[in-house]
Amino acid sequence: MTTELSVSLWRGAQNGRYETYRVPQRSSQTVLDVVTFVQRHIDPTLSYRFACRVGVCGSCAMTVNGKPRWTCRTHVAKVAGRGKLEIGPLENLPVIKDLATDMQPFFEKWQRAKGAFAPTQTRNDPIAQIKPDTPSRKAADAAIECINCGVCYAACDTVRWNADYLGPAALTRAWTLLNDERDGGNIARLQAIAGTGGCHACHSHQSCQELCPQALNPTVAIAALKRRTAAAYLKGEIKV
Amino acid sequence: MVTGRAIKHRDSALWLAAMVHRISGLALALFLPLHFLTLGLAIEGEARLESFLRWSDQPLVKAAEIGLVFLFTLHLLGGLRVLVIENFEWRDGQKQLATLAAALSAIVAFAFLVRVF
Amino acid sequence: MNVRLYLWQRATAAVMAPLVLVHIAVIFYATRQGMSAADILSRTRDSFAWAAFYGLFVLAVSIHAAIGVRNILIEWTPLPERRVDACIVFFGLVLAVLGFRAVAAVVLW
Repeated sequence: MTTELSVSLWRGAQNGRYETYRVPQRSSQTVLDVVTFVQRHIDPTLSYRFACRVGVCGSCAMTVNGKPRWTCRTHVAKVAGRGKLEIGPLENLPVIKDLATDMQPFFEKWQRAKGAFAPTQTRNDPIAQIKPDTPSRKAADAAIECINCGVCYAACDTVRWNADYLGPAALTRAWTLLNDERDGGNIARLQAIAGTGGCHACHSHQSCQELCPQALNPTVAIAALKRRTAAAYLKGEIKV
Repeated sequence: MVTGRAIKHRDSALWLAAMVHRISGLALALFLPLHFLTLGLAIEGEARLESFLRWSDQPLVKAAEIGLVFLFTLHLLGGLRVLVIENFEWRDGQKQLATLAAALSAIVAFAFLVRVF
Repeated sequence: MNVRLYLWQRATAAVMAPLVLVHIAVIFYATRQGMSAADILSRTRDSFAWAAFYGLFVLAVSIHAAIGVRNILIEWTPLPERRVDACIVFFGLVLAVLGFRAVAAVVLW
């Protein structure tokens, strides 16, 4: 006899409601399995995103029982207390439909934070020799594995309350580039993250660090950015 | 945004520390003008200030003062949390430190309670 | 919040940390001794040290509280940024004026 889960899924766009479905519980079941079951066997009109199913792409991030998580890496047994699941789209982003959000604002802030590499050499120059154990390279490596899943952005209350705030992912990427010896865009980057909505808006709630599925630590990166921008400002390299 | 329900990750001790820091700061900011006006009573003469001090001997006012000392200490320790995160190496075990800070504030407030009642 | 406000906020916080500890000690001492207004004022009157201590405290807290309240207004109210800036400048001035008046009250009167 299989037990059944009571699964509430968000249906609709920004205005919508939770609808409840009954899904058979299976061993080693993930939350993504549950959502997939609903779409395939109960309601084909359900919209949701996934790709790899194995925890390397970050596409399947949703709000599960109040926390943003990767659904393919979330075992039902761990989160479904008393057989109940509540699954919604990621917070802090516009909802397209059901469990799929519009990631555009997230990526726009990435650009606004100058989260793009600014090259200083061409393909005709020799390959840069970057030592892996310099402090700056270590700092960059510790923060580089972000795959833009949006979990930190969805978890952050400062993002929720401050529309200008660039967010933990964009700022962490800016931090990795600041530590990249090959990058030539640091003054512009520091300027971009030192204004309204920049790194100083962070209050160190640390929800980002608690929930990042890649075990990254945006709080530490942002703290470092605060120091760097402060130094640059005091030296007159950037203005506010 | 979507659900309008409380987001569960707000049960973290560190999130709570940040929120306590903000709320205590707001409360102190609102209290401060009253505090300054009270001290300013000295302009009207010693007797005026003295009569206020006697009025503030009431248990309810003393209880409020204990609350203020508690908020004051919480805000100081919460601020130290921020200054440490922003200026020193990352440490694990911050949750325990945050809880300890709250306990310390309670102790200070309790000590004030004992002296004042 | 931007880098300039951030620096003022953190700097005034750092300045106030030791001042707060002294102030808590003063509160404890005064209440322990059951000091009357006359007792308090006899110590503060004509005291350059107390004037300097609390004068610095008032200056720092006026800036610090104003910036703190600014964050709250921006994040928790729908007020536009310019309106918020006007409010907190006013608030900071109120604190400074009332605060310096209080210091004057206990030192000069």
